[in-house]
Amino acid sequence: MALNVEVVSPARVLWSGEASMVSAPAADGSMGVLPGHQPVLAVLRNGVVQVTPVQGEAVEIEVDGGFFSVDSDQVTIVLDASAAAHVDSIG
Amino acid sequence: MAGQQRVYNQRIKSTETLKKMFRAMELIAASRISKARERAGQAAPYARAITRAVSAVATHSNVEHRLTTERSDTNRVAMLVVTADRGMAGAYSATLLREAERLRGSLRAEGKEVVLYVAGRRGVSYYTFRNVPIEKSWTGDSDNPKAEVAEEIADTLLEAFSAPAEEGGVAELHVVYTRFRTMVSQEPRVVRMLPLEVVEGVAEPGEGLPPLYEFEPGEGEVLDALLPRYIRSRIFNALLQAAASELAARQRAMRTAVDNAEDLIRTYTRLKNTARQAEITQEISEIVSGADALAAS
Repeated sequence: MALNVEVVSPARVLWSGEASMVSAPAADGSMGVLPGHQPVLAVLRNGVVQVTPVQGEAVEIEVDGGFFSVDSDQVTIVLDASAAAHVDSIG
Repeated sequence: MAGQQRVYNQRIKSTETLKKMFRAMELIAASRISKARERAGQAAPYARAITRAVSAVATHSNVEHRLTTERSDTNRVAMLVVTADRGMAGAYSATLLREAERLRGSLRAEGKEVVLYVAGRRGVSYYTFRNVPIEKSWTGDSDNPKAEVAEEIADTLLEAFSAPAEEGGVAELHVVYTRFRTMVSQEPRVVRMLPLEVVEGVAEPGEGLPPLYEFEPGEGEVLDALLPRYIRSRIFNALLQAAASELAARQRAMRTAVDNAEDLIRTYTRLKNTARQAEITQEISEIVSGADALAAS
């Protein structure tokens, strides 16, 4: 079981793939998501989203606004245009 | 007589120059359109994610939000018209502006005061020429819209929608843009964007109890974050569609222009040949009649 993660900005998909864990800075504090997590819709504040892929190294994305949703192991992290501007380097 | 040939030669040459220009513009439009479509495709996942989230909230909670409630305290309505920055795109802007005028007419017939927001130079000059006041306009990159500009447009409009009536708040927002269907068919579309009507049930109700959504920090805050983004993404999508449509219309118009130029060149070449033939015939008959006259004397 793995999480199906998609990190999207208005202009494009920044990262997508399978991950074993995602942690994101939700409004009330950092939030870790593992497979089988209950459905969540959360607002993001400034911080770092950390995605641990099934294979390969962890990916860190700096965010300053957006939201993320979890629904039946489908994780979608939605960034704002301004937040996405400085993470252009991520493959 | 030789003067006529020269005139035709000049015309042929100038039409050829024009043809080269049209051809170049057609190629430029053709190369940009694939990029524009690609960008529209890249923006799709974001729009999908937002729409899914919005409909999830709509299905799993019934919170009222100021962006979804009708306003009755003012009769001002906002209209966003998305046009092109440049002409040379056939009837693209004209068709869109006609649609916009129709909407403006019907809104005014309902007794509403229309506040105009315009994107694209063609729309700005159209309304300025007719002395229609424009509240705000954005020009500069209609064929390559940036997410930041879309965000600015959306924020301006959201601000107008949230403003109190006495400060120029508006009760509705209508967007007029051109939807890109295929390379050969683009149609003007009118969408009422605000107040929002969230009806699409993309998140299908599962069997048994629907999954309980957890909202962080709360339903109201999540909607506060979600709905403006939804509007932004819708407006960005409208801009991208309009850009692709504009380029497609331009490519088509330029192809027609090239064809017409070729037709003209063909016609002028015929006329030139006729003129040359007439000249030769005349010269021969002059020589013959001259020789006849000499022989007779």
